[in-house]
Amino acid sequence: MSVLAATRPDSWNFPLLLHVAGAMVLVGAAATGSICSLAGSRDADAAWLRRVAFYSFLLVALPAYLVMRIGAEWLYSKEFGETASDPTWIDVGYLTADLGALILLLTLVASGLAVRRGSRGLTRVAGVLSAVAVVGWLVAVWAMGGKPG
Amino acid sequence: MSLDDWIIALHLLSAFALVGAVTVFSIILVVLRRVDTPGRVLALAPAALIANVTVLVGVLGTFGFGVWLAISLDEYGVWDGWVLAAIVLWAVGSELGRRTGVIMAGSFERAEQLVGQGHEGPDAALADGLRSRHAHVFHWVSTAAMALIILDMIWKPGA
Repeated sequence: MSVLAATRPDSWNFPLLLHVAGAMVLVGAAATGSICSLAGSRDADAAWLRRVAFYSFLLVALPAYLVMRIGAEWLYSKEFGETASDPTWIDVGYLTADLGALILLLTLVASGLAVRRGSRGLTRVAGVLSAVAVVGWLVAVWAMGGKPG
Repeated sequence: MSLDDWIIALHLLSAFALVGAVTVFSIILVVLRRVDTPGRVLALAPAALIANVTVLVGVLGTFGFGVWLAISLDEYGVWDGWVLAAIVLWAVGSELGRRTGVIMAGSFERAEQLVGQGHEGPDAALADGLRSRHAHVFHWVSTAAMALIILDMIWKPGA
């Protein structure tokens, strides 16, 4: 990010802020939901913890994902709008963003159903899915920072 | 990838650990404002514990790799205004976050004592601790400091 900043036009800063801040909050919110989901399958206050997880996904992670994605597209259109092929780190970013969106939606469905039905199995599924998404997004962070290829 | 690329990647990952953990703490603090039973406080203990470890990694990593980068990259120096501003904000945010942690740790200890005594119902002292004005003010000012660091890192005023 710092090397990029050396040559980055000022007009890229706001989309970059949206992208980075959205991604940071997304990771934190998805991690919160994941931990609460996996802990919720054992705890005495499991039903309450399931709701905490669901609302973390719905009210924090989902909006943060949208902000991250809007920032990413905006930045991409400025930086790579005219080029024919993308560098590897952009491909990694798109792959994890698109797969992450699918996993986040599945997590939301599983977590919502878990709240409604009081299902420990679905709670665990939501926890594992969101943990996988967080790991994928952290790989994307590494790719965005190091820019391999 | 060069060594500088790796340091940038690790600096960025540390920043994600730091802000991700701050997000976890924010959710916990908001949720705990409506809680007055020890069981629910302890239900959030795993999230608080993992966030405590993560925030430490983030605090040390952002500073260590950040200073390393400022020394390593020709374009920047540790004495640049925007770098110094980031270091001051980092110190303020970290200290206020630590103070929040000390206050909230007292509530988690209180919850453990109550459960140990077989008291599972609402507890006024526990609720007061969870709504501590100091803890909330420290946390949100710390969060604002972290947000300002992100703005500073992106805009690099004076660079």
